[in-house]
Amino acid sequence: MKSNEANVPNISQRKKREFELYVKKNMKRGYFSALGILGSHDAAMDISQEAFIRAYKNFNHFDSNKNFFTWFYKILRNLCLNFIRDNKNRKEDVIFENIISPVSNSLQQATEEKELIQLLHESINSLSTEDREVIILKEFEGYSYKEISEMLNLPVGTVMSRLYYARKKLATKMKLVTE
Amino acid sequence: MNERFITLIERYFDEQLSAVEKEEFESLLQNNKELQKEFEEQKQIKEVLKKMSLKNPSRDIWDGYWLGIYNKIERGLSWIAIFVGALIFFGYVSFEAVNAFINSTHTPPLVKTGIGILFFGVLVLIFSLIREKIFTSKHDKYKDIQR
Repeated sequence: MKSNEANVPNISQRKKREFELYVKKNMKRGYFSALGILGSHDAAMDISQEAFIRAYKNFNHFDSNKNFFTWFYKILRNLCLNFIRDNKNRKEDVIFENIISPVSNSLQQATEEKELIQLLHESINSLSTEDREVIILKEFEGYSYKEISEMLNLPVGTVMSRLYYARKKLATKMKLVTE
Repeated sequence: MNERFITLIERYFDEQLSAVEKEEFESLLQNNKELQKEFEEQKQIKEVLKKMSLKNPSRDIWDGYWLGIYNKIERGLSWIAIFVGALIFFGYVSFEAVNAFINSTHTPPLVKTGIGILFFGVLVLIFSLIREKIFTSKHDKYKDIQR
């Protein structure tokens, strides 16, 4: 992991404890959001932790009246996009693991359902980063349109339309493979 | 696709449609087969997605998550301390060494001059290389191009 050696501002013990609480409350959301964009467990774990370290270094600039995760997500998103760009520059393909599992365990037993999971996994991974991101945030993480619009700095209408077309692309990709 | 239809369909999925909007949405679906098809397609994919979730890592990973962050922050601070300490130490040692060398009565003045010039040359070379590197990275239009 790079850049841990950077200067850490001297923040008070109270703030440190406050930050720890924010991490514990948001670590899963941070990890899953990174997982959705990056498609790899190790990369998501690494990048989400790095994002929290960056957030800690800038914690003095965080307005506690605002939503922590919305602020944090912008840091996380930038790191994820940098990671993807750096991997492209190094000509290293990010290996997309199967990050999807059925909500109910009984689903896993049926072969048909296993195929459906695989198909959905392949289709999601073939989407662009932007499309995959809105699908993950809305359909898997359950954020509201308003929250997503704040995270991505986009108007609510744009989020709705991006989500609609992302679902449409997903449906098309899934049909193309089955047909 | 009609932007209004997209807004209505998204609000429908979120169960946010008002009575008036619901009426408008139903009327759009009744009068347009294309929109009806779109709606069915969106509904189907929503159903598939509803059955799925993202894989959750084991509990151990979550237990060690904060500790991992804490350790990295702590190690960052350690590196800063090591760097500053080393800088002061080597700065002092270098100063003393140069001082001792200059004041040494055993070394002939010619050797002192030679070593002085040698160090000056090395310093100029390092400075020149660093400056060139900075200049190249600032002015290279093609630095982002994959070679």
